[in-house]
Amino acid sequence: MSIGSVPLRYLITMDIDRCMRCGRCIENCPYGVFRREGEQIRVNSRPCTACHRCISQCPRDAISLEERPVDYRSHPVWTTEVREAIYNQARSGKIILAGMGNALPYPIIFDRLVLDACQVTNPSIDPLREPMELRTYLGKKPSRLRFRETPGGDIELATEIAPNLQLETPIMIGHMSYGAISLNAQLSLARAAHETGTFMGTGEGGLHEHLYPYQDRMIVQVASGRFGVDINYLDRGAAIEIKIGQGAKPGIGGHLPGEKVCADVSCTRMIPLGSDAISPAPHHDIYSIEDLKQLVRGLKEATEWKKLVFVKIAAVHNTAAIAAGIARSSADAVVVDGFRGGTGAAPRVFRDHVGIPIEAAIASVDAKLRQQGIRNEVSVIASGGIRESADIAKVIALGADAVYIGTASLVAMGCRVCGACYRGLCPWGIATQREDLVARLDPDEASVQVANLIKAWTLELSELMGAAGINSIESLRGNRDRLRGYLLDDGILKVLDVKPVGA
Amino acid sequence: MCGIIGVVDRDRKGMSGASIKQALSMMNERGSGEGAGYVAYGAFPDYADYYALHIFFDNIRETKPKVEDIIERWGTIVHDEQIPTYEQPGIRKVHIPWRYFFRPDPLLMPRSTTPEEDIVTHLVMQVNSSVKGALIFSSGKNIAVFKASGWPEEVADFYRIQDYKGYIWLGHNRYPTNTPGWWGGAHPFNLLNWSVVHNGEITSYGTNRRYIESYGYQCTMFTDTEVVAYLIDLLVRRHLLPIPLAVRALAPPFWDEIDRMPEVEQQLNRAIRLTYGAALMNGPFAIVIANQDGIVGFTDRIKLRPLVAGECGARLYISSEEAAIRRIEPDIPRIFMPRAGEPVIGRVAS
Repeated sequence: MSIGSVPLRYLITMDIDRCMRCGRCIENCPYGVFRREGEQIRVNSRPCTACHRCISQCPRDAISLEERPVDYRSHPVWTTEVREAIYNQARSGKIILAGMGNALPYPIIFDRLVLDACQVTNPSIDPLREPMELRTYLGKKPSRLRFRETPGGDIELATEIAPNLQLETPIMIGHMSYGAISLNAQLSLARAAHETGTFMGTGEGGLHEHLYPYQDRMIVQVASGRFGVDINYLDRGAAIEIKIGQGAKPGIGGHLPGEKVCADVSCTRMIPLGSDAISPAPHHDIYSIEDLKQLVRGLKEATEWKKLVFVKIAAVHNTAAIAAGIARSSADAVVVDGFRGGTGAAPRVFRDHVGIPIEAAIASVDAKLRQQGIRNEVSVIASGGIRESADIAKVIALGADAVYIGTASLVAMGCRVCGACYRGLCPWGIATQREDLVARLDPDEASVQVANLIKAWTLELSELMGAAGINSIESLRGNRDRLRGYLLDDGILKVLDVKPVGA
Repeated sequence: MCGIIGVVDRDRKGMSGASIKQALSMMNERGSGEGAGYVAYGAFPDYADYYALHIFFDNIRETKPKVEDIIERWGTIVHDEQIPTYEQPGIRKVHIPWRYFFRPDPLLMPRSTTPEEDIVTHLVMQVNSSVKGALIFSSGKNIAVFKASGWPEEVADFYRIQDYKGYIWLGHNRYPTNTPGWWGGAHPFNLLNWSVVHNGEITSYGTNRRYIESYGYQCTMFTDTEVVAYLIDLLVRRHLLPIPLAVRALAPPFWDEIDRMPEVEQQLNRAIRLTYGAALMNGPFAIVIANQDGIVGFTDRIKLRPLVAGECGARLYISSEEAAIRRIEPDIPRIFMPRAGEPVIGRVAS
């Protein structure tokens, strides 16, 4: 053992009696865990990421995996993660990169909130017998309507309603760029969005021409690198999203390594082949809220005020005030990305320590907008750490109009949350550009999986609403009376504007 | 449960409170003897131009001077009196009901297009949220609310409502679950000329309350019905929606139905739902709302609570039960059941 060596993270063992030496594990593992030596298959567990690809492909269930087979001396302060981070940094002198979302065991507020159901004094509504409305419109809404009398004495609407996106479910698929994920992955998501009457984000990676058939369901992103942005791109999308920040790494930019910039990615992003795609931390034309307002107007002008413009910010301490500023621009929606949001790659220190949870951010944004009488000026979209339909019901009750899901949609396509996306070797063909790996993801199959997930969650949402005696999603929105906090402290209950259980 | 009834005489002929009491008592099965109330429109012909502020005082010596001080900062008290009551075996007189006839000074609310109404609304919100032991429960012109904890007959006799005449009456027989025994919790709920009687439970209350509070209304009565009065005041008085469209905002058609409408109607209904989504009332309810010009009754979008209407000459009745209407008009020629969400409107002749 040398200084700073770390023990095995995962131990792979092969049951020799069960193994038929077919070699599928060798073919499937891009990390080189398996190799053939004569008649035998040998294992080197060290590069394993626990992606489960070998396990899923083994016809004999001969492979098993154990996490942390070697114990450190247990210690509540000097945890394994802390010690290993130090070994890594003492060796490299660098910032540690990590994938997926926040990995520290912060309490999850969603899991301390419970939903309400009807008993006796009001009947629950059976979604199988009665209409249940989850249709959601995103965009600016007037604060009041005006009418005028026609010469014939009829009353007609005088207020003009700005364009809104019509969603058949409040669940959208968040922005994951071509480059960060494969074209097959994007195609699968796009087809699922089309199938379920919702929308998906392109991320900051441009819009590949294979996605043009689904462009009416795509929200194109303009981020600080402006990759892939031209008028063709803006005109094709159903809406445009300005990305200011991301929940997994608030305050910093992005970096797509040159290895991932293949010919196709370079064309779509409009950058040279093999060059690193670096998105700076701030937009260099947005140094203040009025600059943002100008960009919003610029994009609106460029698209003749036909397209909606969303602004996405990471959930940070002052999110509510920032959202109120955004509401005063011409923006149609503000997306708030919580600190549990996923990412292909982020510095570990940001991923785990910067930002605030989505539950608190949405509650404070909704409250602030109502307080200032501008709640109708923008839609509020919650993202970052939405794991199941109950999370969606809860975050809508806290004030969101709709949600973006990211990681969950990848998991529906096979992702095992191994957290090695930044390696570019995703064995499931999702977060990679290597052709043989990408080919593993069949859009025909994966799109059905993702659509199924959205349908299943939508069904569960209607059941939850029906049980609460609500048949229209706008009556759940901001309805914090239908939530109770379970073992949450007074301070957070006040922020959420939710009563404790029993009250 | 709860039983509700409303009647309007479209020729503005006054009806004594005696018959509404009998009608309401037909629905005692729907109540529990812990709350009942009435409202009469046209009750004070001699003071018709002044706001009749009706207040429950817990204590005359301490709270009354405080409230009067607040009221007088905003205008003139033209006349005031203790509301006459007559002891009933089933009613414990926990409050002293008082009424003031009040003329607000519009100069004190500059920049408002409806300064008098805004002053009275402000007074109601301020007193109810900040003065302990005082509750303004009626604040319209020429309107009297009578409510207390008890059976409908007892409450009627306690105030002797047969001594009052009204061209509109609403009545409510309460089965409370939230605030039993509290006089403020009995219906009708009133703000300015709006009065509401309600049977049901609004499952969207949390959304509706936060919406209405962002317009300066304050919910102080611990019950969902109060928001109905404020929502209708916002939509009709401040946003100038015609009553049928205001009802449409509170109980709108389903998207499926809207999608099938002709283009212009689609636009109108979509605009209403987009703009007033937070005013949509969900959950089971049947409601009758009155103002000086008439009454309107409607139910939730899938009619989870009963509502029946009847017409007899100039009079329109809306009630939870046909039996209650027939108690007043045994031979009524027309009884009908409104569809879910569809308003029944009775306007007085202008």
